[in-house]
Amino acid sequence: MPATGETIARIARESTRRLVAFLAARSGDLAASEDALADAFAVALETWPLEGLPARPEAWLLTVARRRLIDGHRHGEVREEAAPALRWLAENALAEAAESETFPDERLKLMFVCAHPAIDPAARTPLMLQAVLGLDAATIAEAFLVKPAAMGQRLSRAKAKIRDAAIPFEVPASMRLPERLDAVLQAIYAAYGLSRDEVAGADPGRRELSLAAFELAGLLHRLLPEEPEAAGLLALMMHCEARRPGRQDAEGNYLPLSEQDPSRWSREGIWQADRLLARAAEARRLGRFQLEAAIQSCHSRRAHGGETDWAAITTFYEALCRQTRAAGAWVARAAALAQWRGVEEGLRALDELPLPVVADYQAYWALRAHLLRQRDPEAAAEAYRQAMHLCRDAAMREFLHRRLAELP
Amino acid sequence: MNYSLLVHEPPEGFAARTDPELQKAYWEGTMRYLQALREAGIFRGGAGLQAPSSATTVRYRDDKLQVQDGPYADTKDQLGGFFIIEVPNLDVALEWAGRFPRRPGVVVEVRPNLPQD
Repeated sequence: MPATGETIARIARESTRRLVAFLAARSGDLAASEDALADAFAVALETWPLEGLPARPEAWLLTVARRRLIDGHRHGEVREEAAPALRWLAENALAEAAESETFPDERLKLMFVCAHPAIDPAARTPLMLQAVLGLDAATIAEAFLVKPAAMGQRLSRAKAKIRDAAIPFEVPASMRLPERLDAVLQAIYAAYGLSRDEVAGADPGRRELSLAAFELAGLLHRLLPEEPEAAGLLALMMHCEARRPGRQDAEGNYLPLSEQDPSRWSREGIWQADRLLARAAEARRLGRFQLEAAIQSCHSRRAHGGETDWAAITTFYEALCRQTRAAGAWVARAAALAQWRGVEEGLRALDELPLPVVADYQAYWALRAHLLRQRDPEAAAEAYRQAMHLCRDAAMREFLHRRLAELP
Repeated sequence: MNYSLLVHEPPEGFAARTDPELQKAYWEGTMRYLQALREAGIFRGGAGLQAPSSATTVRYRDDKLQVQDGPYADTKDQLGGFFIIEVPNLDVALEWAGRFPRRPGVVVEVRPNLPQD
């Protein structure tokens, strides 16, 4: 079979991250594995067009990459701390795998490494996006509002830590699994959170990030099908994705959930999300992501012509507040309460929140402004300005600006 | 792979070593821990350190050797001792660090050692 650049590009697209995970899980050195595989692809680009596509391209690439890793050790390019890598080379596990038809998918282990408690929390989400999905540092940097060089440094520091401290490529023992899994879920959710309903996600960089997070959640659920929280996270995202077509009006302006036209939502997507959530709930291990998914499910119900059950949403948010104690959950509870019991109740719930916790939280000011519109337009205007000042999303800022201009 | 478990103690920890009411529990806890490391076959060395007031620092300043009373870091908490253990990876090292006797304010820092050859 002739091996064109396109074929090689396709193999690179489909297999690179699995190959990297496989190499890293055995060498303990993520950065060196990425380099070795990049070298292997460079060799492939030179030789495959001339000699034809190997019978098993992935095995071929692994063999070349492995040789690169060994050479790296021999020439001292890889520092001597890479003792685990040498151990692996001695064990020769890779040669064995290269001979077998398929090689195991080690991306789950890689995810656990990326969200390991010994990794800087600020590096976990970026590391997962880069190592597991192959997003480039510049794209990640843009989404996280840091300079590409700074993001590159953050990533390489984390990779050095993985190698030097010998963070194991393992799925944690069942005793430790819940807390460690939670870190993985949080890292994925953080990537997605930048583009959720409350935020318009119109910036292209953000959109790419949310798709990447969606992909990660799907992958995690496929690799850990029995974990209800992994399913919950995916169901939550599926609801948001199903409603995405309704999130902007014809001019591309951001529309809040309450003003969206449910006929533009994907009913098929909503149905699938609900089915997944129902299956997760059968395990009877309710966690924050199943709760979040349940809340989104309540919102999506309008697709079937139903009314939004604000009492149920308030109850779910209260359960969520007990689980996470996060400012976002308290603000969202106040919003639900305002819908259910009226503006006064919502404002009272907001007033009960400690200001130091919510002062820098855009959604708090946006909700406050919204609830104050009729009662106190001046205070509402001030809250809108505060929210705009804290807002990082262009379409969302535009929405807040419009609301401010429309004040009585 | 070898890791150092560096045990940082607050002043109360150092005081407990000689406190007639507290010292028994202090030393028994530490000794039991050491015993557990030995029984697991992972203990490769270590030492308990005397109080920071016994420390002397040596450094060059303007090409002159300067000897000075006191520990390196002028902090409330000080290094009280360390263990070197040989375990397969960081998770196992962290597991062992977590088993060090719980005392108020004690922090165990886990650092991979450089290879010896």
